Amino acid sequence: MVAKRLIPCLDVHEGKTVKGVNFVNLREVGDPVQMGKFYAREGADELVYLDISATKEGRKTFITLVRSVARELNIPFTVGGGISDIDHASALLDAGADKITLNSAAICNPGLITEISKRYGSQFVVVAIDAKFEQNRWMVMSRGGTKDESKILSEWAVEACERGAGEILFTSMDHDGTKSGFACEALSDLCKIIPTPVIASGGAGTMDHFLTLFQSCGADAALAASVFHNREIVIGELKSYLHQNGIRVRL
Amino acid sequence: MTAIVDYGTGNIFSLCNAIEKQGNEFVVTCDPKLIYSADHIILPGVGEASSVMREIEIRSLTDTLKKVKSPVLGICIGMQVMCSFSEEGETDTLGIFKNRVNKIKSDGVKIPHMGWNRVENLKGPLYDGIDEGEWFYFVHSYAPDINEDTISFTNYSNLFSSSLNRFNFYGTQFHPEKSGAAGERFLRNFFMLNK
Repeated sequence: MVAKRLIPCLDVHEGKTVKGVNFVNLREVGDPVQMGKFYAREGADELVYLDISATKEGRKTFITLVRSVARELNIPFTVGGGISDIDHASALLDAGADKITLNSAAICNPGLITEISKRYGSQFVVVAIDAKFEQNRWMVMSRGGTKDESKILSEWAVEACERGAGEILFTSMDHDGTKSGFACEALSDLCKIIPTPVIASGGAGTMDHFLTLFQSCGADAALAASVFHNREIVIGELKSYLHQNGIRVRL
Repeated sequence: MTAIVDYGTGNIFSLCNAIEKQGNEFVVTCDPKLIYSADHIILPGVGEASSVMREIEIRSLTDTLKKVKSPVLGICIGMQVMCSFSEEGETDTLGIFKNRVNKIKSDGVKIPHMGWNRVENLKGPLYDGIDEGEWFYFVHSYAPDINEDTISFTNYSNLFSSSLNRFNFYGTQFHPEKSGAAGERFLRNFFMLNK
């Protein structure tokens, strides 16, 4: 069986990592390439780079960055942030990205998932879904969680898979930043209804949260940012802990 | 010089980088002369079996690829087309390995098989310095069965050949260029062949 995956997420703004702090032995703190290599050495299974630049220049810088990441990294990596058409996705593939994430653009134009997965395969397309629990339902949000799309998480996830998504990256906006654990119930439900791997995001605070996620929620991978960036959790230690508790991880 | 066989498919950026990192020069080519004269030959790992076979035939590379004497490494689909038959597109393939490539049975597992899995029962020089049960990175929905050419197997609902060898021909179902330090070692071992 495949190993459960741990995935640090790096937010990149104008070519620099936004939350790059407290790293030892890094030539330049905030350098996305150096941070990526650091995490790869520590045992990260994959990396996600999200472009949060708002400008055209920032976008161009990001493509250049993706090329450097591909040159330096020896593990798979996913890129995302503002991908709204197949040409943009193609440019990232050509720059060496293994996968892309689609979020808001896929909500506006679900055909984009179909188009990209048909051309490059499902394994290339991760659909990221941000959702919030409202009136007893998980509602899909877009544009950084500001707009209510009146889509329900489970329905949208199923549709995304039918259209060719190879993985679903689910972020609970209620848990994100709280460090109180992952949205276990919603994740369990999601894992039961979709055929593709599920990456859990939002709420990681302790090593126990990861253990619970893998033991009882059925998730295939966990994505986190701040707990890794500020060294509250060291990936190597987390992997040993999970392994000791019977979770299959790559050591 | 390493020849990466160009059959007009997908992204081989990571593979090229991995080869460069090993300090090897490479050329991406479908010219039989360059392929014959290369020290090492790589069949890259992107595409679908029947269309890759068609591209190989269009470029009249079938004989070349079967007759070369330098070490050859097929990665993922590159290895699958070196087998004898693929269920993907129901196509006859090069027949260098006698294996058949079957769709992975979805007995309670997700398809594609994507992520890190263990490679076991390691045989031969490509696994020098690599631990039994080492983790490698996989992305595929079809896999070769096990026979006398198998030099490692992997378990994903069923056992399949995660690497093959016959004479100077090698193949991996995993992507060494994405498999961290173990993958780098594997590629280094490949480039040590013929030296």
